[in-house]
Amino acid sequence: MSIGFIMMCHTALDRAEQVARYWANQGAPVVVHVDRRVKKHAFDSFRDALGDLPDVSFCQRHACEWGTWSLVAAAQAGAEQMLKRHPDIRHVYLASGLCLPLRPLDELRAYLNARPWTDFIESVTTSEVGWTQGGLDMERFTLRFPFSWQRHKWLFDRYVRLQRQLKVKRAIPAGIVPHMGSQWWCLTSATLRAILQDPARADHDRYFKSVWIPDESYFQTLVRLYATSIESRSLTLAKFDFQGKPHIFYDDHLQLLRRSDCFMARKIWPKADRLYAHFLQPRKAAKKPAEPNPAKIDRLFTQAAERRIRGRPGLYMQSRFPLKDLENGKTSAPYSIFQGFTDVFEDFDIWLRKYVSARVHGHLFAPERAEFSGRERMFNGCLTDDAALRDYNRKAFLTNLIWNSRGERQCYMLSPRDQVQSLDMDWFTATDPNAQISIITGAWSIPLFQANKRFNIVRKEAAILQRRELQQLEVLRSTYIKARVRVWNLQEFVENPMEPLQTIIDELSPRTSRRLTEAPRMVDLNGFGQFLQNLKNQGMQPQRMGDFPVAGDLKPYSTRRRRPYLVK
Amino acid sequence: MSIRERYRMRLKRKRTLIRAFRKRRELKCLVNRTETIKKSDIIVCVCLRNERIRLPFFLRYYREMGAHHFLIIDNDSTDGSAEYLNEQPDVSLWHSKASYKHSRFGLDWQNHLLRKYATGHWVLTVDPDEFFIYPFCDTRPINALTDWLDTYKIRAFPAMLLDMYPKGPIEAEPYREGQNPFEIACWFDSGNYTFSKNHSLRNLWIQGGPRARTFFADTPEKAPSLNKLPLVRWERGYCYMSSTHMLLPRRLNNAYDERGGEKPAGCLLHAKFLSVLTDKVEEELSRGQHYAGSREYMAYARTLGDQGELWCNWSERYINWRQLEILGLMSKGNWA
Repeated sequence: MSIGFIMMCHTALDRAEQVARYWANQGAPVVVHVDRRVKKHAFDSFRDALGDLPDVSFCQRHACEWGTWSLVAAAQAGAEQMLKRHPDIRHVYLASGLCLPLRPLDELRAYLNARPWTDFIESVTTSEVGWTQGGLDMERFTLRFPFSWQRHKWLFDRYVRLQRQLKVKRAIPAGIVPHMGSQWWCLTSATLRAILQDPARADHDRYFKSVWIPDESYFQTLVRLYATSIESRSLTLAKFDFQGKPHIFYDDHLQLLRRSDCFMARKIWPKADRLYAHFLQPRKAAKKPAEPNPAKIDRLFTQAAERRIRGRPGLYMQSRFPLKDLENGKTSAPYSIFQGFTDVFEDFDIWLRKYVSARVHGHLFAPERAEFSGRERMFNGCLTDDAALRDYNRKAFLTNLIWNSRGERQCYMLSPRDQVQSLDMDWFTATDPNAQISIITGAWSIPLFQANKRFNIVRKEAAILQRRELQQLEVLRSTYIKARVRVWNLQEFVENPMEPLQTIIDELSPRTSRRLTEAPRMVDLNGFGQFLQNLKNQGMQPQRMGDFPVAGDLKPYSTRRRRPYLVK
Repeated sequence: MSIRERYRMRLKRKRTLIRAFRKRRELKCLVNRTETIKKSDIIVCVCLRNERIRLPFFLRYYREMGAHHFLIIDNDSTDGSAEYLNEQPDVSLWHSKASYKHSRFGLDWQNHLLRKYATGHWVLTVDPDEFFIYPFCDTRPINALTDWLDTYKIRAFPAMLLDMYPKGPIEAEPYREGQNPFEIACWFDSGNYTFSKNHSLRNLWIQGGPRARTFFADTPEKAPSLNKLPLVRWERGYCYMSSTHMLLPRRLNNAYDERGGEKPAGCLLHAKFLSVLTDKVEEELSRGQHYAGSREYMAYARTLGDQGELWCNWSERYINWRQLEILGLMSKGNWA
């Protein structure tokens, strides 16, 4: 007889019965502690159900409340009874009624027999644990906690705060170095006996009675005084989530649990029939002892916590609707915005498509309709090109578009003509690190110059567009900008378009380090200087176009890039 | 939140409850099996009219999910729905001849029954064409979810309405009794939903989907709301405000995370667009008993009448809940 179990039960007694029976049938003594708050008839039928097993005994009952001394008192009662009734066992395993043994008992026995003097208990100094909830770690040991956290949360919090303000501190008894860890342990009976029969036990107990959550620290601390060899880990696989609640295992975790090679898992959903049926069936011990390896389960639960705390960047959904600037990713993937390029070049989007592997849309926010790539009427995720639907919530339109086409970079054209008075969108894209914004300022005037309209209409339109662009540039000059913004004025861009285009292309597809051989075809700007002068003559001051000579032409640029001179 | 505003909400809630209490007179109990409800049972609450053809599958679906009892209000059906339901061992049935519209689309009746029979239970309030989907619904029964929600003290579980539609005209394939409606209507829109926050009741307002893009393209603000909170651990004093879109007290509506995280959420698959809709549209238009002057039904009549279809090239075919999770329509949150 090398191992005995103490079981702490308060709910799902039928499952506890199954597990106790499983152990007892394989010759391991079991001491059961049942919460005193369990109703009498439930307890009686539970005891009667286990009555046929001589190795199962019930210890003195305590009313257990989470976070209080009662849980330690229960464990002590169980341990004392175990040591008295079964003095020949070598290890005592503390388990709960919702624990489930994952491996045959013989494998656990073999494992422990190979390590006869080792105590398996997670025991970490308080300064090093990262998992405590609610900011109480060292304070668990130095403050007093007379109020129940569950029933009188308000008083609990107030009293903690008061003690902090008054700077009251309790002295920690000599020789005790606070340690914490999982409350599920497996100790050698020698260590356990030493803890329980220590002449100073009364002092220890008195001290720990007013420590917060002593079941995570009593044995974990005292074991350091007596143990010869401590393995600071629990043999029970028990995972806690970000709120300190234990993760629960269900039927669909069966394979995961099987492959984890852990000895025991907690907490099992009491109605997980398949898990209980599978793991409690009689099995032969494996020949080759395996070391517990909970890495896969760890990863699963870490991902779950990550999902709950950080969510998926750029996703807006029914259970994720972040406040402004708390988005953790305003959009889900990088995208590029080109403003003014379609005015300066003919068929710019067709040209761009040749050089980058991205989806190139037209003016997504055009007043008539969203110009999807290839002028499709619909796009991924059943987004329609309908202007009314799009303008109902432009931000959602953009975030949906980018979310729906994850894995493919999106580019779209913009113009002051597109969305008059939408500073919101400007701020949204400008503060989004995923956005790459390239602007040729003043390019909006080229279509006006080409259009054959009456000049007073042109003048008015020019004024509106200019104001709109200036507002936008104002936004882009703010210090809160997270997007990658590039701004050129029309004149400097027209004089040397290759340089800026090359930078943009390099950034869009960094791996194709191809030099641009051919620039897109620029529109005819003959007489554009005169057009600007006419605007001035009408009393409007064109800004941010740069200097265009009134007469004559800008110096023409060659569409062929000259080879760079190589000096050998 | 100011005390005044809080008080205003309280009054609003009390008014709704009193209204529900008054409307109890309009309900006539046909069969009451509520004494068979056990303490931990999960209840389904439905209000329906002439849905006989849908009922067998509906009941089967929720029974298999692990629901124990159905509270059903029959709004004067003429197609034998009441007779069929009367025979079901787990159904308690009420009948009402009164106006659907004047009972706020059945909500007053439901609020009353929920208060009386569902207090202390997890209850699913759905329509006969709504099918609840939650994370792990293929491997875990619904009380795994409710037990989990209990440990986190979450009282209401959100499930967005996801309109499902067939490929081709909706009349092309007739729906047979007992058939899984998603064998026919297995397509949905995956990514055209818009979200905004209703500050007074704190719920999210979700619009979009096939109905918004086909029927309400010119007036998107009138498109139907898709946010729903169908699964609630009911307490005395709770009430639904407008369909199951929102609840009072309003803290229950806060089913979303505002700091970037994802809370768990499911979906309600909406099997509205089946061949049975055509008759329904005609009937409902003549009755004029639906929300906002039955404008939704008018739009259906206009669009679906001329053999229009909701399906498009980008429609997504429904596979399972994991697909909806990946698409970002629902979330596991921290449930693993």
